Amino acid sequence: MTNIHSTAADMASALAAKEISSIELTKQHLDRIASVDGKINAFLHIDNAGALEQAEAIDKKRASGEKLSPLAGVPIAVKDILAQKGIPTTAGSKILEGWRPPYDSTVVAKLKAAGVVILGKTNMDEFAMGSSTENSAYGTTQNPWDLTRTPGGSSGGSAAAVAAFEAPLAIGTDTGGSIRQPAALTGIVGVKPTYGAVSRYGVVAYSSSLDQVGPFARTVLDTALLHEAIAGHDERDSTSINAPVPQVVTAAKRLDVKGMKIGVIKELSGSGFQAGVSARIAESIELLVAAGAEIVEVSCPNFEYALAAYYLIAPSEASSNLARFDSMRYGLRVGDDGSRGAEEVMSATREAGFGKEVKRRIILGTYALSSGYYDAYYGSAQKVRTLVKQDFDNAFAKADVLISPVTPTTAFKIGEKSDDPVAMYLSDIATIPVNMAGIGGMSLPVGLADEDGLPVGLQIMAPVMQDDRFYRVGGTLEAALLSKWGQPILSKAPDLAVQK
Amino acid sequence: MAAISRDDVAHLAKLARIEMTPAELDHMASELEQILGAVKRVQEVATSDIAPTSHPLSMSNVFRDDVVKPSLTNEEALSGAPAKADERFKVPQILGEE
Repeated sequence: MTNIHSTAADMASALAAKEISSIELTKQHLDRIASVDGKINAFLHIDNAGALEQAEAIDKKRASGEKLSPLAGVPIAVKDILAQKGIPTTAGSKILEGWRPPYDSTVVAKLKAAGVVILGKTNMDEFAMGSSTENSAYGTTQNPWDLTRTPGGSSGGSAAAVAAFEAPLAIGTDTGGSIRQPAALTGIVGVKPTYGAVSRYGVVAYSSSLDQVGPFARTVLDTALLHEAIAGHDERDSTSINAPVPQVVTAAKRLDVKGMKIGVIKELSGSGFQAGVSARIAESIELLVAAGAEIVEVSCPNFEYALAAYYLIAPSEASSNLARFDSMRYGLRVGDDGSRGAEEVMSATREAGFGKEVKRRIILGTYALSSGYYDAYYGSAQKVRTLVKQDFDNAFAKADVLISPVTPTTAFKIGEKSDDPVAMYLSDIATIPVNMAGIGGMSLPVGLADEDGLPVGLQIMAPVMQDDRFYRVGGTLEAALLSKWGQPILSKAPDLAVQK
Repeated sequence: MAAISRDDVAHLAKLARIEMTPAELDHMASELEQILGAVKRVQEVATSDIAPTSHPLSMSNVFRDDVVKPSLTNEEALSGAPAKADERFKVPQILGEE
């Protein structure tokens, strides 16, 4: 019986076999959203009419015998940072409140062309700056595992929607861990593809040399199906890689890691990581060995500087990218009473429209790029980026994939770190090096921490454009864990209906 | 590195076109100092023999054929404008400021 708890792959099969219509499946999800989203606030905009219209169109095409894409008729949630024609797109910011883009981002256009039904837009930290969704101008998203905790961020709304069975699939973006960290904290799968694998056209830019769009789902195979639906070259993104998309669906189904070398990163283990996180990672390593993989230890000595470099590079690029919010062509305009010039109106608008963290990063980036400080800060950070890439090159000379925990801890309490930016930044310590080097990484749920019963994520990383490798390892480990547990991890999550 | 003063932040805020109240400037100065204290670690390893990396891909001059394709209509392009007049964006006075 196909329902909201099914995998996307099973939903797709049931749709293809006409056991269920896309209209029925879409209604089930819209009903679920109506009943639980008041508790978790995963969505900023729910497009009931548009979703049903799209579902009906797919059902008609199927009835007429038209050949459809693998995910046709399956619903999805999209992070509110991707432009969707006619649908409010805020990037979690007041400065874009009410803006309805006149065009589709390439990823949204691909989803529409594939017949994937877009349910709505999900909550996020403003302009993707944050690790908890607490920086959203529209309220925090709650973690479905424990409503007093954050789902992580910045793509926290997308992760929470999938974990709460509001959608089987979701789109996120990952600049320093914004897909992998919320996936880890909510017990689902999230992938940051190789930089340039998925088009950034129509994605509100935060840090252009780091930003990447990627998939969320509850299984490795579902994640792979979505990955293949959105990846590929796009001439409208000049940083898009013009090469075939790795065969990630085939890799996800392979269920075999015999002879693979898996590198454990020494610097991303031990002290600094919660005991329950380390225990689940150690258990995963045992399962991979039992499945025939060889474990090697690798050292990445420069990773300890990656976080500092990231918090110079990303704000620097953001200070430039966010200059476009000038109150002239779209978005908010404040104080235009006829007596003030453009520059004053611009400054008043940006004061009113940007939140605290966004201002903090713009000012930090402006400082790091200003003359006299450029070499000491931005220039030094770019050199660290070179060192981080070298660390990965050396590690991948010894191993096919690398692994580490995704986060130092399980989901933290709402408010716990919101007044301490540096503490908040530390939650991205294991994910940031991947963005710096432009490689891909997956977050795979590998169990619950003993001390708090909350999900733990394993990060699996592969060299540039070898994303199939982490799908192969992830799929194998997922199967081993499932046979050990007897049921998927999300079946252990407390029922949202009884949570307060 | 010298301490970040309120005047420094005021200058940065002016460059970034963000109006800030005196209280915000004070708060931002202390936060900026804390963050810079944490991120200046990059200087420990950034020696002169290391080449900087500005981008993960080594692509440059990505061109495509110059072909006219359908694009936004005037109405669509102006659909999000805070103010418009005569099929154009209407903006506050630009010239005549100091």
